[in-house]
Amino acid sequence: MSGREAILNKVRASLNAGAGDRKTAVDERLRSAPRGLIPARGQLADAERVALFEAQAAKVFSTTERLASHADLPAAVASYLRSKNLPASIRMGGDPRLRGSHWSSQPALEVRDGPSDGSDEAGLSHAFGAIAETGTLVLHSGPDNPTTVNFLPEHHLVVVDAKDVAGDLETVLANIRDRFGKGVMPRTLNMITGPSRSGDIEQKMLLGAHGPRALHVFIVEG
Amino acid sequence: MQITSPSFKKNSVQALSDAQLQKALGNVRAGFIDKRTKAVDALPEFDALRDNGKAIKDHTLAHLDLYLEAYEEQVKKAGGHVHWAQTAEDARNIILDLCKTRGVKTVTKGKSMISEEIALNDALEEAGVRPVETDLGEYIIQLRGEHPSHIIAPAVHLNKEQIEADFRRVHTHLPADRKLVEHEKLLTEARAVLRAEYFKADLGITGANFLVAETGSSIIVTNEGNGDLTQILPRVHVVIASIEKVVPTLEDAAQILRLLARSATGQEMSVYTTVSTGGRRESDPDGPDEYHVVLLDNGRSSMLGTEFQEMLRCIRCGACMNHCPVYHAVGGHAYGWVYPGPMGAVLTPSLIGVDKGGHLPNASTFCGRCESVCPMRIPLPKMMRHWREREFERGLNPAVARYGLKSWAFFARRPRLYRFFASFGIPALSMLGGAKRRFSWLPFAGGWTKYRELPAPEGRTFMQQWAQREALKQEVSS
Repeated sequence: MSGREAILNKVRASLNAGAGDRKTAVDERLRSAPRGLIPARGQLADAERVALFEAQAAKVFSTTERLASHADLPAAVASYLRSKNLPASIRMGGDPRLRGSHWSSQPALEVRDGPSDGSDEAGLSHAFGAIAETGTLVLHSGPDNPTTVNFLPEHHLVVVDAKDVAGDLETVLANIRDRFGKGVMPRTLNMITGPSRSGDIEQKMLLGAHGPRALHVFIVEG
Repeated sequence: MQITSPSFKKNSVQALSDAQLQKALGNVRAGFIDKRTKAVDALPEFDALRDNGKAIKDHTLAHLDLYLEAYEEQVKKAGGHVHWAQTAEDARNIILDLCKTRGVKTVTKGKSMISEEIALNDALEEAGVRPVETDLGEYIIQLRGEHPSHIIAPAVHLNKEQIEADFRRVHTHLPADRKLVEHEKLLTEARAVLRAEYFKADLGITGANFLVAETGSSIIVTNEGNGDLTQILPRVHVVIASIEKVVPTLEDAAQILRLLARSATGQEMSVYTTVSTGGRRESDPDGPDEYHVVLLDNGRSSMLGTEFQEMLRCIRCGACMNHCPVYHAVGGHAYGWVYPGPMGAVLTPSLIGVDKGGHLPNASTFCGRCESVCPMRIPLPKMMRHWREREFERGLNPAVARYGLKSWAFFARRPRLYRFFASFGIPALSMLGGAKRRFSWLPFAGGWTKYRELPAPEGRTFMQQWAQREALKQEVSS
């Protein structure tokens, strides 16, 4: 008997699972994916929801900045790098929402293509959405936004459209389901709430463990 | 790892006299409790979410065979592989085989208690594969050849001077005169050392906080980002998880995620919550080529349908140990195996046998704080009591305790006889207590009176005092 059958048989025997129709309840739950309790905190009108996202992001030591449109992105990125005394170089994937901006307007800024190899000081990603409830960014893998950009650079810069800031986690998960199809997921879905940190030495919280030391969010309102 | 749970008493005595440990344990008392309270108070729906979390897990456990089958089907659809392991040995062999067939030399590892449970690092080393723990706390204890003393803060038993000494001992490629006093310096050094390892590794192993049946995904939550670098840089990502980690849908995981971080570290959400499904897709510019899940039973299926089934709701947040006065006093290593604190006191006898783990459910004052903070409402004291009953039934506790309990039970079941003897015994003990009304020595209880005195009885039995109270009440009301 295979390990699979042995384990399943043991589970069935322990649960005394012979009798009754158990499958219908399971199929129904998997099909309907009922929402549980959604905290009231994030259930706000558009403007307040974005403001809550900013407030929650600040609590976890992210920084945020509003931009009127994607066109402002190259200047804003260059300005962030200058303010942190970082080299004028940014790593990013091929996301058309990022590539649509006029990067040539910042001639001093080097744009590096594709996944990070660990040598980048700063990386730029476009988020799928955000969660106001906890100040969380949601990004997924795919051809446009390499996952390595989320973790290897010291500074992670993330663009999110204000219209994609949801009140709660469940709303973003439903949007992911709409985007990829029922039961289908991208290879990696990253929910990121602040820069990386560790409390493993004497319970003292320090930023910049293995991932980025800083997380900066551009909220595009246009 | 070697199981030292049978010598819990000796371990505890050592722990109590270990000054370094006692200093470090102060960080548990100071660190976790206030943060959790603040986070819980900031979410008015927290208790209602606890009810939901319990209901989700109860439903899943009652249909566990069906959800495991559904989960496996979805993993396969996404191009992943599921391996079923009945025992720790099965799980080790599956992973060793994956390493062997793929010519793996270096394995990076995210934090996983299942890896500790199956003693994976020892097996890898014996097979010539180098395991590198990447969680900062796990990395530190790996350097020391130790095991975690806490399920979410594995190095909580250490002080920074000890960690500095370990880094100087092991990181010999760095200048000997470098400054390493501050916490930040230690973190930066570990970060640089481990960064190189992620790129060297051929295979990355992570645990899972959830397995999602709806999508065939595994979910990990971390703060450092090590679990992510461990799974996206090597060619192969292996997830090791026990069978009770499955939940039906993403929505179910979302409900429990709201409980997990708040109960564990007092965060509203851990920094990185990562949902992984299959290997990289054809158009993905990065990510692992292969995705494997090792599903471990190791005794859990036998807990279903018993009085210990509710323990399988546990989400490993650590709140029970953070609030446990016994854990605060002796730390995690005294418990002698992988899982310490109240959750370990219930789980350890289930997984390694009550003959070896029997001391642990006795190491409780039944103060009830563990149950009161458990996000999944697991009745931990009740289950420790069940273990004490089983231990008694099987005659595993010491003869003195057994005969003591038996003779007490003899009298307790014969109230007249009990009262008769008590009416002599209590006044006699009261007199023996002397002017201090305390005993500084008692037969068979030397261990107790060695550290404190026992108050002597007041002079009359409980039943006598009760009768008097009732009589007084009658007088007042008439």
